[in-house]
Amino acid sequence: MASVKMKKEAMAIELKQITKTFGSVVANNNIDLSVKQGEILALLGENGSGKTTLMNMLSGIYKPDSGSIFINGLSVSINSPEDSIRQGVGMIHQHFKLVEALTAADNIILGAKEKGFFLNKSRAEKISEISKRFGLEIDSEKKIYQMSVSEKQTVEIIKVLYRQADILILDEPTAVLTPQETQKLFEILRRMKAEGCAVIIITHKLNEVLEISDRVTILRKGESVATVNTSETSAKELTEIMVGRPIELSIDHPETNFDENLLEIHHLTVCDEEGFEMVKDISFDLNRGEILGVAGVAGSGQKELCEALAGLLPVKQGAILYHKENLVGKSPSEIIKMGISMSFIPEDRLGMGLAASMGMVDNMLLKTYHEGKSPFVSKKAARELSKRLVQQLQIVTPSVDTPVRRLSGGNVQKVLLGREIESQPNVLITAYAVRGLDINSSYTIYDLINEQKQKGVGVLFIGEDLDVMLELCDRIMVLCNGKVTGIVNAKDATKEKLGLLMTDALEKEGDPHNGTKH
Amino acid sequence: MERSIRMKKEPLFHVVKKAEVSYGKTVMLSLLAVVIAIIAGGIFILAIGQNPFEIYASIVQGAWRSKIAAKGTIKIAIPLLIAALGITPAFQMRFWNIGAEGQIIMGGIFATYFALFLTGLPHWLLLILMFLAGAVGGGLWGLIPAYFKTKYGTNETLFTLMMNYIALYMIKYLTEGPWRDPASSGFPKIASFVPNARLDQIFGVHAGWLIGLILAVVMFIYLKFSKQGYEISVVGESTNTARYAGMNVKKIVIRTMFLSGAICGIAGMCQVSGAAYTLGEGIAGGVGFTAIIVAWLAKLNPIIILIVTVLFSMLDKGCSVMQSDFGLSPAVSSILQGIILFSILALDFFNRYRIVLRQRRKA
Repeated sequence: MASVKMKKEAMAIELKQITKTFGSVVANNNIDLSVKQGEILALLGENGSGKTTLMNMLSGIYKPDSGSIFINGLSVSINSPEDSIRQGVGMIHQHFKLVEALTAADNIILGAKEKGFFLNKSRAEKISEISKRFGLEIDSEKKIYQMSVSEKQTVEIIKVLYRQADILILDEPTAVLTPQETQKLFEILRRMKAEGCAVIIITHKLNEVLEISDRVTILRKGESVATVNTSETSAKELTEIMVGRPIELSIDHPETNFDENLLEIHHLTVCDEEGFEMVKDISFDLNRGEILGVAGVAGSGQKELCEALAGLLPVKQGAILYHKENLVGKSPSEIIKMGISMSFIPEDRLGMGLAASMGMVDNMLLKTYHEGKSPFVSKKAARELSKRLVQQLQIVTPSVDTPVRRLSGGNVQKVLLGREIESQPNVLITAYAVRGLDINSSYTIYDLINEQKQKGVGVLFIGEDLDVMLELCDRIMVLCNGKVTGIVNAKDATKEKLGLLMTDALEKEGDPHNGTKH
Repeated sequence: MERSIRMKKEPLFHVVKKAEVSYGKTVMLSLLAVVIAIIAGGIFILAIGQNPFEIYASIVQGAWRSKIAAKGTIKIAIPLLIAALGITPAFQMRFWNIGAEGQIIMGGIFATYFALFLTGLPHWLLLILMFLAGAVGGGLWGLIPAYFKTKYGTNETLFTLMMNYIALYMIKYLTEGPWRDPASSGFPKIASFVPNARLDQIFGVHAGWLIGLILAVVMFIYLKFSKQGYEISVVGESTNTARYAGMNVKKIVIRTMFLSGAICGIAGMCQVSGAAYTLGEGIAGGVGFTAIIVAWLAKLNPIIILIVTVLFSMLDKGCSVMQSDFGLSPAVSSILQGIILFSILALDFFNRYRIVLRQRRKA
């Protein structure tokens, strides 16, 4: 680890002693950070370490409690996103801020305050000029809702460049991209660097940090713990700095020996609440003691598939067979009454799996409160269960009655997973089980899932990190636009191959379904 | 690359959401709010040239100084308490029932039917029938918006609000039409109830107070310990979580709104049968709206609702005594009540947010 010496030339951005608190939570504590022009800085840290908060202060969304910001050597006070843009800072948020019904060009000029009453007719030229300079490809008359995630991101990038930003901040830009799209994005970032822009990329993926950045600033628990030159470090060292201690980075993959089919899905078609077909005619099966991963870019139908299996969304066509018994058309309570124990860990933990203002005890009751004939809820067993889970899973909470929304993401997930596992399911469906969790909690969750697998539970693991899925899962099913583009054995698969399936590039080669049946 | 250096000045203050406040702190802040409200009202009293201490003393004494005054206070409290309890389960479910006023009226109308046309029944049977009729009337009035909400996703706030006016004009229609008292020599009114249809008095005040107290305890237990109460809380938290847990959300919404309306309807029954002995346009008199404030200030806790209701009624009764004692215009007591209420509600804001002043920072 080598600390970087300050050079004499003015930094594009310099943050000094920035502190920001929310109530009693210190999100950022005396953070220093600097970026030069023509440099890519990676801001690395676990979830909740304060990366996004720090950048939101640069983009005018929050104000620091104390500390100062220098842009191109001048001290500035950024009170609004408008101020930030005026200073040449452009932020590309994790969730795009685009108007779906407008074209790319309309979105790009939106908010760019230009002189004159009429819309600037020469905008198309300006957009294409920017596109050429940075090697971006975009059809500026295409409407946003018709675009892929990667195209939307490109629009966001052009948007900030159009406003003459020369300092770019990207918040987890690769989270929604396939490996191929990520490479394309990195190409763009390198172009920007060559053009003299300063780029900050927020991420928690180590391989990306090593690939794209010049320097890395690492945050841990709201503090900046180190800044190192990328060329002088390694993934192992970065992880240690990020987590604060040495950590083993491999996921167990226990082998099981069950030979029994649990779920058979035949030609399933599901519409979302607006009536769009999100899952189109998909078929697969799930066996006891296996983890079946589901990969795909966000919005490929994962959410709808899960909710249909759990009985929360109506099925338009097809069959869900559980030991040859069709579950289609049954409500969650009917499925429970049939003696089928299917557990679903939804993506939206507090909005769907738990009641946020209730404590652990009341949340334990969610699926069992109706048992027994008494008109009153019996909380005794739930209280004991909560206490046991707190011990077993090391859940950090002031008490078992503290509203779960006050717990950290990892603890919320442990509460949810703990409750579901306690119900001794045969089928466990998890959607983005480790999203928002720190590394330690993530590994606890992987262990819990593996434990269930060894018990003979069939696990459907909806994931986003392909590296993790390749290690954890037995088979991986890839969804693209609601269709299955392939089911592969994790052992034989590579990230690149999965990436191609995710964008359905293999279909053209006429081999979409290799390894469908194992 | 040109760029204007002009920066806007930092605003004088900005509002920041508070971290979660502990229960004790909330109580402290609420008490502080009451104190500040009283001071704010005191400034107003000073401005109209009176002594605030005398005025406040008169208000507090006025509410309890004699048997008649105390009875008056309790009489004001009864419909307010019952209606606030009625609103509570709906609000707990985040179903914004602004229709308590209409549900009180419908309860009153249904109860009045039995009071006018089945006078020959035994006293207790008649009262029980009127009680049930009041509950059903209010309940149906609550059920209608709930049905449309679950079936077509209509907005319950507007729907329940509009239902109030329908109920109000229904009284007008009955008064001038079918139920008009022929003995009232041309003046449109509904006949006074015969003694057989009047609610008995207990300790000098009609039995509504006992009904209210029982309902407060029952509602507390229902919301806190029953399975249905649990369902209400979960639905209020998130309908998705409720569906995920296998609850029938539509059924719960409809059932709870029937309950909410039914309790408000009981308030209406108590009003016609215990206080007014007839049905008139002023039967609800804004109680359904005040009840919302009571329920909200009490954070939907039935026992605290009881306390807040008593304080509200004291203020109401005390102000009217004070105004006649000091020979002030009725507007003065309305303004004073308004200032106190507004201050308390406005200060509730500080339970949730804090203000950060602009600070001078070094360049």
